[in-house]
Amino acid sequence: MTTSASKPRPRKQLHFSLRDDRVKGWIWQVVVVGIAVAVVAWLWSNTSHNLAVRRISTGFAFLGREAGMPIVDTWLPYSPKDTYFWAFVVGIVNTLRVAVIGIVLATALGTIVGIARLSSNWLLSRLAAVYVEVLRDIPLLLQLLFWYVLMQGLPATRAAWKLLDGVFLSNRGLVLPSIPIEAGQLWVLLAALLALIAFYVVRRHLIAQQMQDGRVRRAWPYALALAMIPVAVSWSLGVSWAVTMPELRGFNFVGGWTLSPEYFSLLIALVTYTSAFIAEIVRSGIQAVSKGQWDAALALGLRRSFVLRQIVLPQALRVIIPPMTSQYLNLTKNSSLAVAIGYQDIVSIANTTLNQTGQAIDAIALIMVVFLTISLSISLFMNWYNAQIALVER
Amino acid sequence: MTSAADTQGSRALLSHSDHGVFARALRWLRTNLFSSIFSSIITLVLIFLLAKMLFSLAQWGIWNAIWSVPGNNTGACRALRGVGACWAVIPEKIRFILFGSYTYDQQWRPAAATLIFIALFYLSSRRSWWRRELVLVWVAALALISVLMWGGIFGLSFVPQDRWGGLPVTLILATFGLAFGFPLGILVALGRRSKLPAIRSLCVLYVELIRGVPLISLLFMASVMFPLFMPEGFNIDKLLRAQIAFILYAGAYLAEVIRGGLQAIPRGQQEAADALGLSYWQTNRLVILPQAIRHVIPPLVNTFIAFFKDTSLVLIIGIFDLLTTAKTAIIDPAWQAFSVEVYIFVALIYFAFCFAMSRYSRQLETQSPSK
Repeated sequence: MTTSASKPRPRKQLHFSLRDDRVKGWIWQVVVVGIAVAVVAWLWSNTSHNLAVRRISTGFAFLGREAGMPIVDTWLPYSPKDTYFWAFVVGIVNTLRVAVIGIVLATALGTIVGIARLSSNWLLSRLAAVYVEVLRDIPLLLQLLFWYVLMQGLPATRAAWKLLDGVFLSNRGLVLPSIPIEAGQLWVLLAALLALIAFYVVRRHLIAQQMQDGRVRRAWPYALALAMIPVAVSWSLGVSWAVTMPELRGFNFVGGWTLSPEYFSLLIALVTYTSAFIAEIVRSGIQAVSKGQWDAALALGLRRSFVLRQIVLPQALRVIIPPMTSQYLNLTKNSSLAVAIGYQDIVSIANTTLNQTGQAIDAIALIMVVFLTISLSISLFMNWYNAQIALVER
Repeated sequence: MTSAADTQGSRALLSHSDHGVFARALRWLRTNLFSSIFSSIITLVLIFLLAKMLFSLAQWGIWNAIWSVPGNNTGACRALRGVGACWAVIPEKIRFILFGSYTYDQQWRPAAATLIFIALFYLSSRRSWWRRELVLVWVAALALISVLMWGGIFGLSFVPQDRWGGLPVTLILATFGLAFGFPLGILVALGRRSKLPAIRSLCVLYVELIRGVPLISLLFMASVMFPLFMPEGFNIDKLLRAQIAFILYAGAYLAEVIRGGLQAIPRGQQEAADALGLSYWQTNRLVILPQAIRHVIPPLVNTFIAFFKDTSLVLIIGIFDLLTTAKTAIIDPAWQAFSVEVYIFVALIYFAFCFAMSRYSRQLETQSPSK
């Protein structure tokens, strides 16, 4: 109301009084904004003075210089001769690969534990409760250090634990069999993605038609047909899907796909810690759907799996999605604890940059920009998804 | 439904000895552990796994464990590494883990401060104490703790801040962070719901900026950038700088919780207060806030738990809280190999505090005073 300067003012326009709410509102705003501006200006002048005295340059010119820091664990090609800019990109990818894989695994594990907590089996539900309580009440950083120490205490590569055929756990990390990625595989993946999108479009169309005339239409023949596309692409390009088994040669494994101990402990810590919170969210989401919904749907003669998929889950998801979003954001932000065990994520690389160049402001600003961008993307995606499943009110 | 039917069935079967302890136990087992074939399989598999795990844990932690070693001679411990725990590290290092490098013969002072903290938390959790005087109790207790920790008066020797460490530092960071973050959170929550656009956008900016970035980046800012922000020659202690970062961090998160409570208050309350001629501050202080905060006490306690755990992040900027002292205690070459034992010990301390809070929050939820 105080902003409505353009509106025709009431009659008391010229009657200026300190008791007038609008006047008070303006005074408050001017005072608060004035203080904020003054504080920022004061900090700004201090900072620029200090920077001048200490001869620290600002700006992002350093991004073009040679980084000279080693990054051990990376998916992108990197050498210390590369620029700071590229080091930051490598750091962002390292953060994302923990965050994205962590979110997927934590959701799966959390859902299982959450459902286990609601089990009618007393032992199972008690164990799930203990799991949640223990993981939630110990600081994540402590859990992370604990996992890391355990990883370091594992036997050396020569005495590595063989978990499955081709899966080895040692103090050098976890080694898995891998499929060497070449251009052919990427084409197949692209075809699979296109087929998935096509299926989504077809399914929407089928549902829309079903809404029109009420006749049930089956989607699986289309799914089968579309699944043939990537298979055909793979066959026609002659892509090899041979699996490379890791092999112990000398002191290290050759071939296969290695998860470094740092990455592996960070992933375990983040996934188990976050899964405890997700379990509680899933549990309360399912409990929020009243039992009457089950009873009513079963009374209509619907199958249990259909009731779960089409009636209970959609309603539970509405309760689950908003708190789940904040857990995903937490996991992403918590991945920055990597710096404590030496996994080189964006925070760790920015920290090294800061120590090497002294450009504290720019390095920390970069961390903040990166995390604000990631947070915003997750929020936007989850809000979009939430809008998709929201109750359509008439 | 199936379990209900089963109960009925077993009741019919066992009706002749319905009140016997044995019969009741059997009935409990049937309904809760062996209600169906699937459930029975799960129970048996879980019992097997649990027994196996508990057995190897007991073997490591109790039967094969070494509880004390004479004169720092950890050879026996190291020979047993991976087979048995070396609990001897705990009595050896406990003073350092709990109180850091605080002057050794004065360590009763941080111990007393810790007890005052615990008494303060206990008092604040009693519903009968939720009165205005509680604020005075807090001020008095925090002042007393400051005197105990710093000293310099009443015949207590002065202990500089950089010698503080361990549990009191964790409690100080958490408690002072909340004590100052809470009023800040209230102001920001009110500001975010204000009709004044400039104040509202300032509050939104503050909350979203703090919540959008990891706590570590705030701590880095406090430890690296703070000296740059201040006039030349002016510098404050590292602990205080981290404390400021924690207050700003707590303020943003608490503001969102309190805002949730404000949204739950029906408009009629505001209108009634307006009709009585109360001012903005009177309305909020006497009518809106008391109701709003009562609404959100369980989520507030959950925020407190998260915040208490988050104080451990100061490890990364090198402040000696409980986790940092634990990690430092095992730098000693003789004891280097026994970090697992020390981490378990510290985890138990954190767990005790957080578990008490989470129990308390659940108790409040079930009591549900507002309904």
